[in-house]
Amino acid sequence: MSTTSTKNHAELAGQFNADENRVDWHDETLWWIRQKRDKAVNQFPEWELLRETGSKIKEHVLSNLGNYLESFEANALANGIIVHWAADAKEHNEIVHQIIKKHGVNRMVKSKSMLTEECHLNEYLAENGIEVIDSDLGERIVQLAKEPPSHIVLPCIHKKKEEIGDLFHEHLGTPAGVSDPQILTETARQHLREVFLTRKIALTGVNFAVAETGEFVVCTNEGNADMGAHLSEVHIASMGIEKIIPKRKHLGVFLRLLTRSATGQPITTYSSHYKKPRPGQEMHIVIVDNGRSIQLGRKDFRNSLKCIRCGACMNTCPVYRRSGGHSYHNAISGPIGSILAPNLDMEKYADLPFASTLCGSCSNVCPVKIDIHDQLYKWRQVIVKAGYTTKTKSAGMKMMQWTLSSPGMYHVAGTAGRIIMKYAPFAVNNALNPWYKQRDMPKPPAESFDEWYKKNRGKK
Amino acid sequence: MSNRGKILSAIRANQPSLATLPDVEPLKAYSNKENLLAQYITVATNIGAKVYEIKSIDEVKTIVQNNFGAGKRIISTIAELSDIADTKEYLNDLPVQLADVELAVLQSDLAVSENGAIWITEDQMGQRVLPFITQHLAVIVETNNIVATMHDAYSTIGITTQGFGAFITGPSKTADIEQSLIIGAHGPRSMSLFLLEED
Repeated sequence: MSTTSTKNHAELAGQFNADENRVDWHDETLWWIRQKRDKAVNQFPEWELLRETGSKIKEHVLSNLGNYLESFEANALANGIIVHWAADAKEHNEIVHQIIKKHGVNRMVKSKSMLTEECHLNEYLAENGIEVIDSDLGERIVQLAKEPPSHIVLPCIHKKKEEIGDLFHEHLGTPAGVSDPQILTETARQHLREVFLTRKIALTGVNFAVAETGEFVVCTNEGNADMGAHLSEVHIASMGIEKIIPKRKHLGVFLRLLTRSATGQPITTYSSHYKKPRPGQEMHIVIVDNGRSIQLGRKDFRNSLKCIRCGACMNTCPVYRRSGGHSYHNAISGPIGSILAPNLDMEKYADLPFASTLCGSCSNVCPVKIDIHDQLYKWRQVIVKAGYTTKTKSAGMKMMQWTLSSPGMYHVAGTAGRIIMKYAPFAVNNALNPWYKQRDMPKPPAESFDEWYKKNRGKK
Repeated sequence: MSNRGKILSAIRANQPSLATLPDVEPLKAYSNKENLLAQYITVATNIGAKVYEIKSIDEVKTIVQNNFGAGKRIISTIAELSDIADTKEYLNDLPVQLADVELAVLQSDLAVSENGAIWITEDQMGQRVLPFITQHLAVIVETNNIVATMHDAYSTIGITTQGFGAFITGPSKTADIEQSLIIGAHGPRSMSLFLLEED
């Protein structure tokens, strides 16, 4: 499950684009989900007020995060939950490992948690002889394929059912050639039920953590988080520091926003509120920073911490839909991943803020009104100043700056561009121009606006 | 300094100046309180639940007997159903021993018309795992307990001391394989909602 690829977004997108039919299918599937989202949210006259309220609640939380984390911890402790703090991914993984070791077991069942993907928990535990089975169907599929999820809500959206059928044939013993989703899902149900019934330890993610009550809420459609947690003797919940909300009543806002934005459903099948361990059960919460407190200090980028992980920005993004989640080489892909990742490693993820057309569709669908496309634009400037862009991009940008800073040069360059496109299109339509890949160059206009203006209005 | 101290001081050093917490009350003004029952039935049916409008608990017995074969394990938290379901013995079982439950009939005191959900707390579940591990789930809720939105729902719930509670909306489902909607992922394969309106 390597995500430490050295290839950049454009190269990885190039691989995804090799199969044009698959790109079309991927594009259309995600757009269909975006349309379901539209249909769901357009029923509510108060939708914009909901988004605004959600955004403002998160803004307030970020401005008072220290106090809210402390009151969350105090209430969780009073509820009988054991609370741990992890400064980074390594500490998170070590804490989880210690809990598992203490109970003398070597296997665990896990429901969806993008934080554990971010921390590479499964790999760490595997190195230490602990087997982890992911129980969300999509996550189980990519786990069998030895791939990371390609989407935060739809982990195997890039996979065709025939490929899933092959994986199930190899690992779960279904007959060769079976690809009916009903049969495959039933097979996974039987396989994972056995896992749920035999694992002593279950790990879940956290969607929302309520400071007022010390409880955390986990949302699933499959029921896998609840099956794992309620059958376990030890429940570990991993959460980023930004999952806090002040009061229980604020769940009303976020649960209304989350699933409508994600898939167009009115709410997930299960929104489970975990407040106290079951009698006899042990419950742990691991609160993880891993770079979030640094992002909190970046004025231009702190709003990215408002994210509730619905995936709407991915479903709507013209670049994500046509390049696939794996091209972002980060646990969280798409527009939101591209503004979160450079905070963790600016050099490694220097390409991601450029993997966008800056069309703004992501910001328009975001349920908590994160200014995603503005942040992508701002990251570009930070990254260029820090010297993390490729040489060709820096050279091109210098040339552009020189051209745009001089009206005379701009005029000459514009005329030259139109002449080249008209008489020598091969000079730009070639393999040396990465922009030309998978694109046709547009027809150049007959004249520039400046030329047109002089001819038509200049005389007056 | 401990991890906790380090993390909290990094947060305090970097968090911006205090922003106002908005009021959620204005959102309640949009709650459509007309035809709550009809709206609830439409939404719940759309998300895959089977809705029965009933006048008495006795009707539940008939429907259960007609739809679920004899010899299957049925559990209920409702004392009146003790002649068709185990209402006591299962409480002594370990959670894993509930793996063979065919049907659980539970009671809820709150349903939400905007999304078809019911709210259920752990004392109404009997055992926490029950509404998830059972092959089929049935929930009885009185029609006068239907509220319009999630804002209204949280006003009703308040801050309970229950250790666990959940909004449950229809049968378990997944669309992870090519976005084909499949009912019956890891939890119940069906959800029956008995909407009780006593004369």
